[in-house]
Amino acid sequence: MFRFFSLLLLLNWVPAFAGTTSYPGVGRPATPAEIKAWDIDVRPDFRGLPPGSGSVEKGQKVWDGKCASCHGTFGESNEVFTPLVGGTTAADVKAGRVGTLVTGDVSRTTLMKLSTISTLWDYINRAMPWNAPKSLATDEVYAVVAYMLNLGDIVPADFVLSDGNIAEVQQRLPNRNGMTRKHGLWDVKGKPDVANVACMKNCPTNGKAASELPEHARGAHGNLADQQRAVGGTRGTDTATAAAKPAAVKIAALEVELPIAELAKRKACLTCHGVERKLVGPAFKDVASRYKGKADAEERLLERLRKGSSGAWGPISMPPNPDLPEADARRLIQWVLGAV
Amino acid sequence: MTSRSRVRRAPENFLDARQIAEVQAGRRGFLRGAFAAAAAAAWAPAYAGATDDTAGAQSAGDPAILELPEHTKGLGQPVVARAYGSPSQFEKNLQRRESPGLTRVGGSSVSFAPLQGLFGIITPNGLHFERHHQGWWDVDPHRHRLMVMGMVKEAKVYTMDDLMRLPAVSRMHFIECGANTGMEWGNVAVPTVQYTHGMLSCCEFTGVKLSTLLDDCGFDRKNGKFVLAEGSDGSSLTRTISMDRALDDVMVAWAMNGEMLRPENGYPLRLVAPGLQGVSWVKWLRRLEVGDQPWATKDEALHYVDLMPDGTHRQYSSIQECKSVITGPSGGQILLDKGFYNVTGLAWSGRGKVKRVDVSFDGGRNWKTARLETPVLTKCLTRFNIDWVWDGSPVVLQSRAMDETGYVQPKINQLREVRGRRSIYHNNAIQSWQVAESGEVGNVQVF
Repeated sequence: MFRFFSLLLLLNWVPAFAGTTSYPGVGRPATPAEIKAWDIDVRPDFRGLPPGSGSVEKGQKVWDGKCASCHGTFGESNEVFTPLVGGTTAADVKAGRVGTLVTGDVSRTTLMKLSTISTLWDYINRAMPWNAPKSLATDEVYAVVAYMLNLGDIVPADFVLSDGNIAEVQQRLPNRNGMTRKHGLWDVKGKPDVANVACMKNCPTNGKAASELPEHARGAHGNLADQQRAVGGTRGTDTATAAAKPAAVKIAALEVELPIAELAKRKACLTCHGVERKLVGPAFKDVASRYKGKADAEERLLERLRKGSSGAWGPISMPPNPDLPEADARRLIQWVLGAV
Repeated sequence: MTSRSRVRRAPENFLDARQIAEVQAGRRGFLRGAFAAAAAAAWAPAYAGATDDTAGAQSAGDPAILELPEHTKGLGQPVVARAYGSPSQFEKNLQRRESPGLTRVGGSSVSFAPLQGLFGIITPNGLHFERHHQGWWDVDPHRHRLMVMGMVKEAKVYTMDDLMRLPAVSRMHFIECGANTGMEWGNVAVPTVQYTHGMLSCCEFTGVKLSTLLDDCGFDRKNGKFVLAEGSDGSSLTRTISMDRALDDVMVAWAMNGEMLRPENGYPLRLVAPGLQGVSWVKWLRRLEVGDQPWATKDEALHYVDLMPDGTHRQYSSIQECKSVITGPSGGQILLDKGFYNVTGLAWSGRGKVKRVDVSFDGGRNWKTARLETPVLTKCLTRFNIDWVWDGSPVVLQSRAMDETGYVQPKINQLREVRGRRSIYHNNAIQSWQVAESGEVGNVQVF
């Protein structure tokens, strides 16, 4: 009897161990500070949006320093990512539907697609800038959003975006009415919108190839002979003779073999630079050629590496890397300078 | 030897389309060299190349049999020569690859799995396709945490030690990027099945059911309609999962194919959302929030939206509908010879099990039902095979899958009639491979 009671007591005690749990000893309550640290999402109804404000003017300053190197001064660049700004009109702002999405005249920009302003705020806050996500202050996020909206002529140049007026700005988004959830591809029981029939004999067809790979694209994916198993009933087709580019593969391997390459990779240098070839930024080989034999090369490159640089190698500027330790920076520079 | 001498030639000596045209035009002289080499290679299936040495051995037999190789006459390598094994040196062609020009930055890009070289339904972990939004990390499991919060009785934090004590399930599921085959909405754009369909993989995942965690935190059954999943990488990628889906078969997984997740696939923790496009399978999972509305995050409101002909975008389009593809023979391959082949491929459906796969050898005019290999599992790749004897004439191969709901995989023109050509995502059209007289297989659209 005593044992039976002990067991009951034990079972009784279990829920108290971890609240509602059926799994005693597993997990623990989250503290308010922990929830605050991670609960950063902002919904379309602005739940989760922290109070704050930012002007178009301030946004431009943040933009020029931290965003323009990838997205272009006016958010128009497609060098690194798809363009953010363009393709929207005053009529779209009025209607809440972007006309060029119907006609398909221009490639789609972010502002053309954007139907909820929270989406933009939330994403910039959680993931931008590209190489230093979550480093923007709340007011900077408001400012960058304001600047982008101004580039799209959605708010005026003297506008200050805040948690107080963001709902009104939502009502000016050019594509605010352009999204639909009326389709069968979300709900578990959703119905398909397209279907075929399982015809087995003498089925209707167009009878010929409506499209095939053009001859000039034959080597565009490298030598296909090197991409197929070399045993079995088939081999890969040799496309090396027509504009194959196996060099890219070799360079990637070379980069990995270099002893310092791990550092370069970790600091995201190789995101924009290749050793042998130009990517977004110049090839390290070319940087080395330009600075070869110059006594102050290391100091000059150190300055550019830490504070950023623009105009030296083309339209895309290099973002600043203020947090890069000097020792690492010097190791990287010496490595780059040794590339020739 | 047959009229076109398509008997056991080294593929190096295979006739390409131009050479066939030359032959047909009566200009055979240039072929003499090729024929000589082909005869020399009569014993050899060619990979080693046709050398003059093999010719001398013809009378006695195949030198691969007559001359004992080193590995038959010598001592091999000891155990643990490679503590973590790797594929044979002869398999190096099968690699994950990027599609040139598709993206500009490797940190926000995709690598495609080499479906043309895979067998059965399981994707080896090292060949699983990759899609990263802001680069990948090898996250320390001792410092990784999962927080479950929002509309729950008690917000909780779990360590990996905690999670791996919970009741585990192991299930096999496919994962396919919503943009798989997206390059082909307009026209044929890429040459091989790796690039047309390689944002597809399939693993046995082990983890805990999401419903177990939601129950453990006492989620609001009345008002909690959605779950937000968030990653711990720089992009902290977020996606909304509907609650009915979350309670159905979604898992929080730490293992794939018998080992822990690979870093590129979310080590140490990811969401597994069977039947849904890959972007919903949040990697490096750090947080789950229960809410009463969807979040309209960047990757469900700006990207992964399908543009319709009327200019609207479909949001939250997630289900990967029934689809199939022949992986062998497939684009970029060349058949060694006329005669018998096992035509093989993959079929899958985000709505359940594959019921049937039909294969056409005449561009969709007539169809034969293929053999489905077991296991046939829900929201999992299914392998199909069918016999084929190639007579050397040009043909177009297609496969067409049907799932247990009765849905039949559509043709590209049927998709375009409803969705236009600009939607990028969810192209599950029937794939056509054209086999030329030369044996070369190319990507074409026939419907």
